[in-house]
Amino acid sequence: MLTGRVLQTISASAVGVAVAVGAYTFIYARGYSYLTNDPGACANCHIMRDHFNAWTRSSHHAVAVCNDCHTPPGIVGKYVTKGVNGFHHSLAFTTGRFPEPLRITPRNAAVTEKACRKCHSEIVQAIESHRRAEQLSCIRCHSTVGHLE
Amino acid sequence: MQTPEGGRRWMSGIGPTVLTTVIAGLVALAVVALLVNIFQRRQEARNPFYRVVELTDDTEDPAVWGKNFPLQYDQYRRTVDQVRTRYGGSEAVPRTPTLVDPRSVVAQSRLEEDPRLKTMWAGYAFAQDFREERGHAFMLDDQTFTERQQVAKQPGTCINCHASVYVPYKKLGGGDLFKGFEKMNQMPYSEARTHVKHPVACIDCHDSTTMALRVTRPAFIEGIRAVKASQGTPNYDVNTMAPRQEMRAYVCGQCHVEYYFKGAEKRLTFPWSKGLRVEQILSYYEENPHDDWTHAETGAPVLKAQHPEFEMWNQGIHARSGVACADCHMPYVRVGALKISDHHIRSPVLNINNACQTCHKWPEEELRQRVYGIQDRVLALRNRAMDSLVALIGDLREARSRGIAEDHLALPRKLQRHAQFMLDFVEAENSMGFHAPQEALRILGESIDYSRQGQLALRGAPVPGPPAPAKPPAR
Repeated sequence: MLTGRVLQTISASAVGVAVAVGAYTFIYARGYSYLTNDPGACANCHIMRDHFNAWTRSSHHAVAVCNDCHTPPGIVGKYVTKGVNGFHHSLAFTTGRFPEPLRITPRNAAVTEKACRKCHSEIVQAIESHRRAEQLSCIRCHSTVGHLE
Repeated sequence: MQTPEGGRRWMSGIGPTVLTTVIAGLVALAVVALLVNIFQRRQEARNPFYRVVELTDDTEDPAVWGKNFPLQYDQYRRTVDQVRTRYGGSEAVPRTPTLVDPRSVVAQSRLEEDPRLKTMWAGYAFAQDFREERGHAFMLDDQTFTERQQVAKQPGTCINCHASVYVPYKKLGGGDLFKGFEKMNQMPYSEARTHVKHPVACIDCHDSTTMALRVTRPAFIEGIRAVKASQGTPNYDVNTMAPRQEMRAYVCGQCHVEYYFKGAEKRLTFPWSKGLRVEQILSYYEENPHDDWTHAETGAPVLKAQHPEFEMWNQGIHARSGVACADCHMPYVRVGALKISDHHIRSPVLNINNACQTCHKWPEEELRQRVYGIQDRVLALRNRAMDSLVALIGDLREARSRGIAEDHLALPRKLQRHAQFMLDFVEAENSMGFHAPQEALRILGESIDYSRQGQLALRGAPVPGPPAPAKPPAR
């Protein structure tokens, strides 16, 4: 029969292995890069490569990185959005279950729509000062300013 | 059996330790699985291509190319699929094989669907057997065994677009593509048939070393040179001067075009030196006199429009916007980490998600209805034009039987030739007008007018007739 001490050693080793493998995976998968603002991090997975390439040739590449348009302002909102999207994207990419062509979700579309107004508020205000039943969507017409792909 | 007391002891003793071990073990297991998955995804992204065989400019067999490009080859082989769309595609119709025609499956007969076609093509082999086209995979068989082969003597020229001819041309010409082309044009079909093995294959559109697109058909090289010369660019060489996006249409335009066999040497020629529009093509045939056959019922010297997809597409909004054939008929598709052109060439209506929705962000059903809406209108007018033409042919036949002098028939016959070619230009074009909706309707409208003028002319009324070959309306 196993004594308590032996059991504790096995348990500790198991935890150690889990932590070590986890740490290695985190580093191997460049997990830390997701905490940065680097657009390269978004293209860690090859599925985003075309979007990334398209962005480098877009009109906005000199003034906005992925996070400027795809996360809301403020540290909390930014990391909550990163977390939610990160989870869904990882799950989809790992399982390979996602429809193509890729489409933006309503929540993320709303984030992007607001992002336009961060920088272009003056001109948008001028346009939207005319009362309308529905709010205008910038990206409906300007769908290629970020990345055509 | 554990007593409640025993359970408490377990909880305070070895229980948590065991539980921790199990959980840590499972976590480690999951993380390792994730690690392996990440590794696999990285590998996917790394090497898109393994060269397992050497391809040369003489590698004809697509199965050999398929060893290096298994994904594209797999898609290419799927053109055997027979699927109907509302106005195209094909249906698998069973038939009893015979000695001359061993096919057990063919496509539906267009002549049975619309018997007016027999009237339009009276005296020509097409009135004998004309079926809906099947996929690329069947191009060689369907031509070899069509009944048209038995009722008319076809030249070797026909093979140009029904087989992989690049390597056979080079062999025949002793390395010279154009010489081989000329030699095969002059052979009877049955002899030419022995020189080819495959339907259109990789080498017909791709350079074997770089995989870049390449035009291999002499008739297109000459045809597009004539078009460019008419637009003010002399000595155009398509393989060195065309940008890649244009090549994505040109390789298809090697065959999906209007053509004729020029002179006794049966040289395959695209009638493009005046331009690609239907009246420019018609006036080419006036200046370089050519009739495909003499109409059996009216004696009119008439023309058969072939399948002018390339010409029609050129008049449409998609061409105007820089959208090439391959963008809709071979849309990009993701396979693993790769993005490749879908080599399963087919109707975009069967693949709306990849073919249309990349640019048109509307629901699939909405896009399908837009396409069918255009095609329904074109079909309705095509039927009117067909009725008009059949009426003119009937009047001409009747006038002939009354023994009207030949010179009184000249103008009505000329009008039949024009009406018929314009109608056939839309009829033979494989998109029911979609490639250029307004152009298709305009052509049909003019066809109806020519039929009307023909009937009037027979009754001795003065009519303007077709315009003398002149400058067409500017774009």
